[in-house]
Amino acid sequence: MNIGITKFYYGDIPEDKAGANIISKDSKSDWPLWEVFIRSKQGLDHKHVGSLHAADAQMAIENARDVYTRRMEGVSIWVVESKHIHASKPEEAGELFEPAEDKIYRHPTFYNLPDEVNQM
Amino acid sequence: MKESLIQYSLHLADNSLILGQRNSEWCGHGPVLEQDIAITNISLDLIGQARNFYQYSASLINQTIQPSNNPATEDTLAYLRKEREFKNCLLVEQPNGDWAQTILRQYFFSQYQYLLYQELQQSKDEQLAAVAEKSLKEVTYHLRWSSEWVIRLGDGTEESHQRMLKAIDELWRYTGEFFVAANYELRASSESFGVDVSKLKEPWTNKVKEVFSEATLAVPEKIFMQTGGKEGKHTEHLGYILTALQYMQRAYPNSEW
Repeated sequence: MNIGITKFYYGDIPEDKAGANIISKDSKSDWPLWEVFIRSKQGLDHKHVGSLHAADAQMAIENARDVYTRRMEGVSIWVVESKHIHASKPEEAGELFEPAEDKIYRHPTFYNLPDEVNQM
Repeated sequence: MKESLIQYSLHLADNSLILGQRNSEWCGHGPVLEQDIAITNISLDLIGQARNFYQYSASLINQTIQPSNNPATEDTLAYLRKEREFKNCLLVEQPNGDWAQTILRQYFFSQYQYLLYQELQQSKDEQLAAVAEKSLKEVTYHLRWSSEWVIRLGDGTEESHQRMLKAIDELWRYTGEFFVAANYELRASSESFGVDVSKLKEPWTNKVKEVFSEATLAVPEKIFMQTGGKEGKHTEHLGYILTALQYMQRAYPNSEW
């Protein structure tokens, strides 16, 4: 049986248009996809760095260690199965994001700061 | 003391170099991308350990032997020694076989190396102790990675279980050699710069039993153990490894990157 499943992950470009990530049941690896987040040093946030295949969470962390931290990129790893990430839909981009475009007053740039206040 | 220290350090280097070379044959051929990278990372760790031991061996050799125009270096030791001069255990030169065989070979060796380096940290030779301490972190990860794979395959599908059984059948006979000390190892432990390997047998066997029982695999009994690698008597496989490894330096002497 060959079932093609198209997965959408981030909502930026529809994956079928980008031509990637068409996952087939017949594909060699049936391992699920995981998203990897790395904290580069203490005090910083975990940042999304990419994705990989693994059979379980333990293996995903080890794979992430080998694939994404071998050049000293990180001090902490988070992994989450890609299917648990819910993304906004590209076709909703208009109603979601465009209304913010003409509301520049939401940026705190209209205050006159006294000279003594640094570090803003 | 010097002579046995040199041989002991070369033995440790050769073990790591040959297994590193073997694992590196997977580069670009791993079953999935992530594991391809994992096994080549382990290769690089092992070759890094080998370099540390070779550099130390070379400095000892150069102190002992009359100064010459051709001092020993890590490269001359890796690229210009002959098969009979290599002191690695037979296990590490065995072919990769399938993924199960590669995993099991790595697990047997990492389990041994883990126990060995823990002891070697107490060596009265500061250099050996330092390399052991540095390498132990890498080996701890190799051990974790490979033992999880043994469990995953042993307790996996019918197919993966069968492949593990075949790998055990293939490799178990080379594990006894770890614990039979060569002459330089006897001197190493009696002079407290090396480890008494016979003492590692019991903890090694117990650990393997633990992992095997979780992997639903049985530890073989009464198998004749092959030895000789530590003394330079190798299986036919080492010659082929050295042919690939040493080709450039043999064909183009003193060539550099």
